[in-house]
Amino acid sequence: MARMKFICDDERCIACNGCVTACKAEHDVPWGVNRRRVVTMGEGSPGERSISVACMHCSDAPCMAVCPVDCFYRTEDGVVLHDKDVCIGCGYCSYACPFGAPQFPSSGTFGMRGKMDKCTFCAGGPETNGSQAEFEKYGRNRLAEGKLPACAEMCSTKALLAGDGDVVADIFRTRVLSRGKGSEIWGWGTAYGKPTGGAPKPDAKAGKS
Amino acid sequence: MRSILIALALAAAVAACERSQSGPSARGRDTPAWDAAQDPFVVPGWKSGDEASWESQIRNRTVAGQNEYPRTSP
Repeated sequence: MARMKFICDDERCIACNGCVTACKAEHDVPWGVNRRRVVTMGEGSPGERSISVACMHCSDAPCMAVCPVDCFYRTEDGVVLHDKDVCIGCGYCSYACPFGAPQFPSSGTFGMRGKMDKCTFCAGGPETNGSQAEFEKYGRNRLAEGKLPACAEMCSTKALLAGDGDVVADIFRTRVLSRGKGSEIWGWGTAYGKPTGGAPKPDAKAGKS
Repeated sequence: MRSILIALALAAAVAACERSQSGPSARGRDTPAWDAAQDPFVVPGWKSGDEASWESQIRNRTVAGQNEYPRTSP
């Protein structure tokens, strides 16, 4: 059973905002709603790092726990989605989310009564896969088209990885062993718990950069 | 008799405090991703409704599209 996860490799992210643009274009997301954003830490200083942040589809999602109307659900492949017909726009999920993922638009297609909007891992919502109703409320359903999230597929440096957790962790592990550094995965522990077989610490002999 | 009534009342009170188990499951709320989208953008190479086929498609696409090492290694 696939278990969808995101990894953002801060050794590779160049803050080009390609992921943000891909997301906005793919889902026709209106101005003022940022399902994905790029955050730069230590800007202008040596060691500056950028990461691409959105809903991480947490294993034990706090948004699901605090929602008073139980509008969240988890798909069989581990994607955390919500039902906009049930959401009342209370904002509790926004306070609970450690990644600042929930957005609250006030106008446009996604702005019905200020219902929450967030990254869907390009998996749409409860409506029929690929239907116009699903697109208008949640955007494209790329998973049901046999594709991966647009942000990751568009990433020019492949800093943003999306897919089955085991597969993307393997890709990341290969990178760490090859470059000999950068084994930290930002947000992984918060979203998915402590790594059990995650990326190994680079061998001192393996890589000098 | 009185102790039995008190025990029953306590049991009912505790049961009322239990957290509902309904909700956080996709079953009945959404169609699975392996039911192909009803749009013209579905990529070929997998069979709609077949979970194993969809998982294979996603895995292959992840490895082929996001891992450059197999392409660049000598």
